[in-house]
Amino acid sequence: MTLEELQEIAKIEKDRQEGFQHRVNVCVAAGCLSCQSDLVRQALEKEINRRGLESWCEVKGVGCLGLCTAGPLIAIEPQGLYYQGVTVADVSDIIESLGGSPLDRLLCSAQAPFFKRQQKIVLENCGKIDPERIEDYIAESGYEGLYNALRMMTPTGVIEQVVRSGLRGRGGAGFPTGLKWTAVSKATGTTKFVVCNADEGDPGAFMDRSVLESDPHRVIEGMAIAGFAVGANHGFIYVRAEYPLAVKRIRTAIARAERLGLLGNNIFNTTFNFDVKVRLGAGAFVCGEETALIASVEGRRGTPRPRPPFPAEYGLWGYPTLINNVETYANIPPIIRRGGSWFAGIGTEKSKGTKVFALAGRVVNTGLIEVPMGTLLRDIVHDIGGGIPGGRKFKAVQTGGPSGGCIPEPNLDMPVDYESLAAVGSIMGSGGMIIMDETSCMVDVAKFFMEFCMSESCGKCAPCRVGTTQIYNLLCKIAGGNGVPSDIAMLEELCDLVKSTSLCGLGQTAPNPVMSTLKYFMDEYQAHIEEKKCPAGACKIQGSEEAK
Amino acid sequence: MDGALTEMTMEPKAETVAKPAEDSRWRLVNRTMRLHGNEPHALIETLHAVQEHFGFLDLDALKYVAEALRVPLSRVYGVATFYHFFSLKPPGEHTCVVCMGTACYIGGASGILNGIQETVGIGPGETTEDGKISLVTARCLGSCGLAPAVVFDGEVRGRMNPPAVLENLERWEEHDS
Repeated sequence: MTLEELQEIAKIEKDRQEGFQHRVNVCVAAGCLSCQSDLVRQALEKEINRRGLESWCEVKGVGCLGLCTAGPLIAIEPQGLYYQGVTVADVSDIIESLGGSPLDRLLCSAQAPFFKRQQKIVLENCGKIDPERIEDYIAESGYEGLYNALRMMTPTGVIEQVVRSGLRGRGGAGFPTGLKWTAVSKATGTTKFVVCNADEGDPGAFMDRSVLESDPHRVIEGMAIAGFAVGANHGFIYVRAEYPLAVKRIRTAIARAERLGLLGNNIFNTTFNFDVKVRLGAGAFVCGEETALIASVEGRRGTPRPRPPFPAEYGLWGYPTLINNVETYANIPPIIRRGGSWFAGIGTEKSKGTKVFALAGRVVNTGLIEVPMGTLLRDIVHDIGGGIPGGRKFKAVQTGGPSGGCIPEPNLDMPVDYESLAAVGSIMGSGGMIIMDETSCMVDVAKFFMEFCMSESCGKCAPCRVGTTQIYNLLCKIAGGNGVPSDIAMLEELCDLVKSTSLCGLGQTAPNPVMSTLKYFMDEYQAHIEEKKCPAGACKIQGSEEAK
Repeated sequence: MDGALTEMTMEPKAETVAKPAEDSRWRLVNRTMRLHGNEPHALIETLHAVQEHFGFLDLDALKYVAEALRVPLSRVYGVATFYHFFSLKPPGEHTCVVCMGTACYIGGASGILNGIQETVGIGPGETTEDGKISLVTARCLGSCGLAPAVVFDGEVRGRMNPPAVLENLERWEEHDS
């Protein structure tokens, strides 16, 4: 493959697309698929064939369009219209309306804050390209970043750009990506690995799934650039088995890239070789922790080990290993194409670029969004999210899943970045954002997360294994109306203990949901303990359920 | 290193081990092991293959895989029980997966579970006595935008409520009786 060949593929694809007067993009990511968007797509294709309009209008299955609430969602190009809640019965009307005035009854305003307030870098191709066609990706400047890196830059030059971009790990902890790459590149040895963590275990998060389903080549290109930069020739994508569609699309993408020589030996006629293999997770939250993930890729139980040595020195099979999250890799190709300084110009001083969030829970617009770092939480919830449905009152937003915390109303005017979230006792996490209204009981929510951590604890270290169970039992006692005032102090003490003495991130962050609810919603705990009632009406006060 | 990248120099071991039963599905499992050079690190991938083709992992399968990959049976059992995705019990004819992710929980997934418990009489991880329906809970399906989500035999359905779920389960029962 040469640059000319790559540009040729892009040109042919662009010409092909421009040959159509109209393009109908149907979302076929998992969310819309579960509302039967594939039937809509088939019906559209059939109707177009029946009318003999194949050369006039193209029907394309694309990745996530973002607004899952309105699924099945379709986009009409080049007009840029969105139609929501489309059913097979609407197909004929939609085709009739092409070229004429839009169908008002299905129209979903593209001017709505949900679309307008977003800034897309990671998701720029989502909803635009067919994830199963590499040509479509190449037409959107795909693999240009890899070409630039391989043919016009040195590995150090690539790392320099990543350092300059200020990109931080999107998996949750926010470790500077450039620093991690530098460490792996400096590690001695000729065998190194690049691993992509796609074990998105946080309940309430689906960013990585959407990226893999909608734009898998982005991740592959990011990994190949990383491989070049740190000196690794082998990559692994560790993806959840619970995401069958993502697994299928990433496997298709790898095969296509191999066929075009964009993976394999002598990529772009250089001496650089790189291959990518898929490894399936098997449903263990702890495998999101990097040392546990390594154990799992090696075919063992996913239990973490103490660090140091860090995977950068001693990782997969003992070799230096670079581990980054899906979204981190997806940020790499545009950084290489457009330069680190461009990326550093977006976001806040310490948190650069954009962040993808999965909005869910009690909010009008659920779905996938991407906003610049530093966007106010209030804008995300009330503007982009459209506020709380049913005229109910906002209570809290939960970020970071079981490792994060609940942020109450008074803190809503806070910019979303790594530091601000940590300051209020939560974390950025991988990007799950669950909005809760007055019908959610915060004791119950804390109990839900603690049950999760208790059952997901790998059992290796005692503080996490025993501590989470004890905290869960206490929360059950309180939620069941059997709490006594001294339980609160006991909870606080246990949380502190588990946080400071656990081996890995799972245990160290497990108390966060409890500590943040104790901090902001003490009145609810008090109501359960003193008045024996649940203000939100979510807890069954009589007969508490103890952990077995 | 476990020989992850080295060329496979030894003869494939899989063929020399007695198969639990003459079943063509084992050929597909053997293929997975061969693709990974019959190396111990292929354990999780192999168990995935067994579960995909047989529906669950029984002791004979675990023994077979242990021998074929030269991994102690204790480790195979350890891995099979560590990960939630693997099941050591045969599934019912139909499987209903209720998502218990945060968004689904907030959206009332526990009400759905209670409804199934009361009407069908099975809890998470259980199968009805006639072997028709298995109930499973999932940590998160990633369909949070459509919470609460329930999967009926592999088909994800969003915005579920107890009556809608029960209606689907009844259809299974009627259809087969």
